[in-house]
Amino acid sequence: MDGWWRRDPFFIRYMAREATAPFVAAYAIVLLVGIVSLARGADAYEEWLEALASTGWIVAHAILVAIFAYHTYTWFQIMPKTMPPVVVRGRRLAPEVITFAGIAAAVLASLALWILVAYGAP
Amino acid sequence: MADTRKIVLEVLRYTPGQSTAPTLQQYPIEFTDDMSVLQGLQQVKDFVDGSLTFRWSCRMAICGSCGMMIDGAPKLACRAFLRDFLPGPLRVEPLEHFPIERDLVVDISDFVDKLGRITPWIEPREPRSLEQGEYLQTPAQLERFESFSHCINCMLCYAACPQYGLDSRFLGPAATALLHRYNSDSRDGAQAKRMELVNSEEGVWACTAVGYCSEVCPKAVDPANAVNQNKTASAVSWFARFLPGRG
Amino acid sequence: MKRSNQPFFWLLFGAGGMLSALIGAMLVFITGVAAPLGLGVHADLMSHANAIAFARGIPGKLFLLVVVSLFLWHAAHRIYHSLHDLGIPPGPLAQAACYGTALLGTVVATVALLAIGF
Ligand code: SF4
Ligand code: FES
Repeated sequence: MDGWWRRDPFFIRYMAREATAPFVAAYAIVLLVGIVSLARGADAYEEWLEALASTGWIVAHAILVAIFAYHTYTWFQIMPKTMPPVVVRGRRLAPEVITFAGIAAAVLASLALWILVAYGAP
Repeated sequence: MADTRKIVLEVLRYTPGQSTAPTLQQYPIEFTDDMSVLQGLQQVKDFVDGSLTFRWSCRMAICGSCGMMIDGAPKLACRAFLRDFLPGPLRVEPLEHFPIERDLVVDISDFVDKLGRITPWIEPREPRSLEQGEYLQTPAQLERFESFSHCINCMLCYAACPQYGLDSRFLGPAATALLHRYNSDSRDGAQAKRMELVNSEEGVWACTAVGYCSEVCPKAVDPANAVNQNKTASAVSWFARFLPGRG
Repeated sequence: MKRSNQPFFWLLFGAGGMLSALIGAMLVFITGVAAPLGLGVHADLMSHANAIAFARGIPGKLFLLVVVSLFLWHAAHRIYHSLHDLGIPPGPLAQAACYGTALLGTVVATVALLAIGF
């Protein structure tokens, strides 16, 4: 079974989907370091903030945004296969409808978060 | 004769006791537009090499016996058309993840054994006598399991499943789809027994939702959905144990 | 037949996967791109004073804890299965490495958030 996933483009897409996980963890760890530095005091936190503002980290985060967006797409793409059928007026919802609804929900939730942060924050 | 075209079939050959390892053999054939891969193989067997071994019966995607790897993907040979694989050569191999018995014939005993383990019949929820009449079911109740009963046991989904390939103890797509067919039948009462298998380490939990099984299924059974619905069911049963009054 | 312990981890995986699918990309954009560059958000959005105020409130604390820990559990479960896909056998050792890391992250986040105070 060595290298089995190279056999079929379907498997390559699957592995790409699974490969988003370390990046999700990486972002969680960036946040975790921030929280810990916040607990350690103002100086430690400022250091973390400064690091985030470096070109390297900004580029890295821009790449992470794309990876997270890919995660969103793949998450809702597989969703119709992983959830119980939704029956609306006696008919099963088509897979494309479920995927579309999921992505639409993600767009709405993200917009809400943006509005909250850009206009609601001090 | 009507328009014929040429393609080379590159077929895996293996004879137990004679071959040390599988080899590929090339068979140039002429075919017409309406010919399936199965017909191509039959042409070879009838006119070129009678020793070529493969399974088939219905020729119409019903019996489920002609599953093989065609151009690297699990397909029914009677449902795949030679014209779609030009210019060739077209690689034809036995189903992935099963031991080869001879040429394109695989040993399916593991799958047959799995089918036997899922209690593949209805155990009535409430016994009824003849006088009480038949068990009635509404269209909505039928709808809950009907698609999962369309499986023809072709095992394409097993050949498509990397988790089954990595560890064949995994119950796998089709057997779980059939299990789900019975478990979601309103007349059935053997859910608890089947859930033991679902919940076990051989049950649904090896699945990583690759989803290729549902993609290759010729009958739109969507076995991936059956497996994943049973993850939900299994998770519910995992936590239900901690409720008061439950074992 | 031995009951699998996967349901527990799978639910955390699902919760983290859903949360990151819904807001992950935007959250990374805000903290990693928009805030450092002052793009569309207040330049001191993540200043020390603002961060402390956010992390002292109950909703802010919960949000940070939920994001960090669920993202970690989501990743841990996926990586555990990816290891198997790459030929590393599943089992107690791989589980301890993957889920253990997520647990550690959750504990550290909890302790730090408590230390920040209310
Ligand atoms: S679920 Fe589909 S692919 Fe699998 S054995 Fe049944 S018919 Fe074949
Ligand atoms: S010969 Fe029966 S399914 Fe192909």
